[in-house]
Amino acid sequence: MTVFKKPHALTDVPMHYCPGCTHGIVHRLVAEVIDELGIEGTTIGIAPVGCSVMAYNYFNCDMIEAAHGRAPAVATGVKRADPSNIVFTYQGDGDLASIGMAETVHAAARNENITVIFINNAIYGMTGGQMAPTSLPGQVTQTSPYGRDVNHCGYPIRVCELLSELEGPEYLARVTVNSVKNVNNAKKAIKKAFQNQVEGKGFSLVEVVSSCPTNWGMTPKQALEWIDEKMLPYYPLGVYKDRSGSQEAQK
Amino acid sequence: MAKLTFKTDYCKGCGLCVDACPKKVLRLSPDKINPKGHHPVEAVNMDACIGCAFCATMCPDCIIEVER
Repeated sequence: MTVFKKPHALTDVPMHYCPGCTHGIVHRLVAEVIDELGIEGTTIGIAPVGCSVMAYNYFNCDMIEAAHGRAPAVATGVKRADPSNIVFTYQGDGDLASIGMAETVHAAARNENITVIFINNAIYGMTGGQMAPTSLPGQVTQTSPYGRDVNHCGYPIRVCELLSELEGPEYLARVTVNSVKNVNNAKKAIKKAFQNQVEGKGFSLVEVVSSCPTNWGMTPKQALEWIDEKMLPYYPLGVYKDRSGSQEAQK
Repeated sequence: MAKLTFKTDYCKGCGLCVDACPKKVLRLSPDKINPKGHHPVEAVNMDACIGCAFCATMCPDCIIEVER
């Protein structure tokens, strides 16, 4: 009996990501959820600009490449044009939390019925390791060689907490993929985010705390440990908003 | 009896599967090199494999298929 194989919603091509990059794990989780919900034929994905810019090569569903940061706006158009489609965006921290912050916040405020997968690895990966809006205080990057100085560059943005203050969004959760247990929890959150859209509940965002071994200057194993040591204290895991879930709990 | 199938040409030798394995079944091959130029994963102790699929769960490139 086969207990694990590549999901059908992933294409059979080698991924261009660096060795040990957790993008591949998250791609697989999204593809597994698409398989399990049986929505491959109606799903339209929106690829971002960033390391995952070529995500359209890896998903078997229809994909659109959006301008930098504009994936939630494109997803809004696709979803409103034909609400029977299942629309998800897959964005990194430079895309979603920097140039695309306006689109993200307004899509959440309007409670657009889309699913957003947000990869937070605290650095700009594709452009070579510059400081991102999510880089940690004191983190050494190409553009902060002495560590991020919060007096000069400000503080990192916690996207889930920020959006949880809005009335709009349906579901906001932060997960990570640095261990088998956390990968399984991440899959549950991603599945709920897609299930919410199928049921027409509204805007669901899953923030995945990820690693970037190449630009952090670590081995893949050290990078996963660094998530536990440095990133999770600043970006605590958990469900930040689950509107219908908490209503059901009150009943 | 568990069975692992590796698509070694796609392996990037990151070693996350090796660390995830609770039974120390896997290693990065010290002498083989795949077309991408990486040392691919190989099973050295298949008798100990329990088919838990932890390796496949952590593999970013989805190269491992697990049968049990």
